[in-house]
Amino acid sequence: MTQTVGIRPGFSDPVMGAQRSFRAVLDAMSRPGVIRSTSTGNPPPVPLSEATAAICLGLVDHDTPLWLAPAFDRPEVTAFLRFHCGCAIIDRPADAAFAITTGADLPPLGDFALGDDAYPEHSTTVIVQVDGLGTDGGLTLSGPGIETTHRLTVEGVRAGLWDDWAANRELFPRGVDLILVHGAKLAALPRTVAVDTPKED
Amino acid sequence: MYVAVKGGEQAIENSQKLLAEERRGDTGVPELSLDQIREQMALAVDRVMTEGSLYDPELAALAIKQACGDLQEAIFLLRAYRTTLPRFGVSEPIDTGHMAIRRRISATYKDLPGGQVLGPSFDYTHRLLDFALAAGDTRPVADIAEQAVDSGMPRVTDILNHEGLVEVEEPESDDTPVFDLTRESPRYPADRPARLQNLARGDEGFLLALGYSTQRGFGNNHPFAGEIRLGEVAVEFAPEELGFPIEIGEITVTECQMINQFKGSASQPPQFTRGYGLTFGHCERKAMSMALVDRALRAEEFGEPVEAPAQDEEFVMAHSDNVEASGFVQHLKLPHYVDFQAELVTVRALRKQAFAAAEVNPVSDAAE
Amino acid sequence: MSNEHPVPSEQTAEQQSRRRWMSVLSKADFPDLDALWGNLPSKPAWTVVRPPEIGMVMVRGRAGGSGGRFNLGEMTVTRCAVQLDDGALGFGYVMGRNKPHAELAAVVDAMMQTPSRRDTLERVLIAPLSLRHDARTDQRGRKAASTKVEFFTVVRGS
Repeated sequence: MTQTVGIRPGFSDPVMGAQRSFRAVLDAMSRPGVIRSTSTGNPPPVPLSEATAAICLGLVDHDTPLWLAPAFDRPEVTAFLRFHCGCAIIDRPADAAFAITTGADLPPLGDFALGDDAYPEHSTTVIVQVDGLGTDGGLTLSGPGIETTHRLTVEGVRAGLWDDWAANRELFPRGVDLILVHGAKLAALPRTVAVDTPKED
Repeated sequence: MYVAVKGGEQAIENSQKLLAEERRGDTGVPELSLDQIREQMALAVDRVMTEGSLYDPELAALAIKQACGDLQEAIFLLRAYRTTLPRFGVSEPIDTGHMAIRRRISATYKDLPGGQVLGPSFDYTHRLLDFALAAGDTRPVADIAEQAVDSGMPRVTDILNHEGLVEVEEPESDDTPVFDLTRESPRYPADRPARLQNLARGDEGFLLALGYSTQRGFGNNHPFAGEIRLGEVAVEFAPEELGFPIEIGEITVTECQMINQFKGSASQPPQFTRGYGLTFGHCERKAMSMALVDRALRAEEFGEPVEAPAQDEEFVMAHSDNVEASGFVQHLKLPHYVDFQAELVTVRALRKQAFAAAEVNPVSDAAE
Repeated sequence: MSNEHPVPSEQTAEQQSRRRWMSVLSKADFPDLDALWGNLPSKPAWTVVRPPEIGMVMVRGRAGGSGGRFNLGEMTVTRCAVQLDDGALGFGYVMGRNKPHAELAAVVDAMMQTPSRRDTLERVLIAPLSLRHDARTDQRGRKAASTKVEFFTVVRGS
């Protein structure tokens, strides 16, 4: 039973790495739509992106059960996350404190933990790996943390997500928060942000 | 008007220096080592670990030394330290039925399987000061029997279970989340796991007084000390990366099973009910008090009237923690200069009104 | 939120033996382990995958000893993970705050996974540690046994 499944290394500098990752997420959450970047300094197991790995190693631990979309449920990934985060990997998105999915496979947002009015923080933070992130157009964001409006391009998310997002926003103070990730880049959509999609005419 | 007050920096620094000097005491006397505290003040160490909610005898000994022997201060130090450590996870429930027993007594059965094992106890001492200890350099030696005690001694409650005479404690499903007051704030009504965790870290003096109050009639529940056992149990933990449980060490615990009379209700036949106490180390008085209060707090579950303080879970849980209690009582030492000024103004105004009223309507006094 | 570790009901024989040696390593007195380790003729090279780290495990009990679970309090634990050149990954989870103990436990755990090393290690390291632990437990148990009450009944009347 020699354990030969190689576990890829985590942060090259554990203390500073975790702090940088935390800071990147904090900045991204405070200024919705602004693009930040973070990585562990080591290549993560496929298909985790650099930013996803750094966010998990910085924020996920034994107290935060993690749900993985099927594309991520692979031995190298689960061994990596269990070893470095010590987190339980669970079957039901509704029990998850964190979740990792691709934009295409993102389940309906209502499937995740939404918190309750007394404890709205008991909701899932969903890390969504997308095909591209940019600031040159596409979506118009507004809400707390944005002075007027902010532009964000997100590529490779499933149809209907933005309608789903509007419904999520209605639940306030309940609701999920999204961290959109591409490579080492990340942008956050906290539950308070309003997303306008371009009119299709 | 609000006047910001600054100052006292030098005084505080010197106060701490003075504390350090007084902690050390006469330097002509050898300094205490942590080994000495751990080995010779073992019951203080055990209390600090239990109420400090962290099993680590060396750290508890350090806390006692730093606190000059003030155990509540030591408990505070240990609680503060534990917040700096990451939590790797949660152990499998310890199995007190498989204990390397050092003491095990029952007040309900004389001849129970495994026997009455007195272990180390103050119970049979005469409480006379022993001046031989004052002389120092004692090397007492305990007797050693041929055969060790049986580690698989049945619990008294399991013996009673066979006849259906005592309520059965069934494990719940493994999916049921277990409340953790280090992660969530208590919500009332609380469940039994929340209460037991609260009592386990609760102040021994507070629980002792509450347990005593139930015996004196404030929520009496006719307790018998079904069994008290002390010994070592293995702790098993399943790291996520391994996926199976491993033993990570052995800890000393004290367990108390109280057995209480219960007349029965519409849904339950008459049988004995139970109260449970469990502590780190050897904390027998605490384990017994915990078991009494645990049973008292189950009053509602058994359809008993909730009338006494020991039966009121919000009263008990909100006041059992000596770190919280000590903090709130001792915060009264902090400057309240502005608050007090406001009160002074109010009291002066009220007095003025009261005197003015008295002049208009003099109170006739019998002495006049 | 709390998460549960389902304990696999059927463990492989290999897992059972690994649990046993890991248990012996964690319950050993560090000076004993260190001395026996010092006597080993050949030691492999290893890389530290996770440096020794001090943390806590929440210890759980059961109401009444057999009922619902509750959180009793935490204990300090030091963990470490190492990898041998042949790829074997070893873990040390050891009560207390002794970092060298956690690292040595991890190294021996990794070595024990190599079949060619196992018999020797079992003989010169695991078995002696296990014996010492049992002897300590036996000693305590015998002292306790000396305090066992022997009741005798006083016959009244005649």
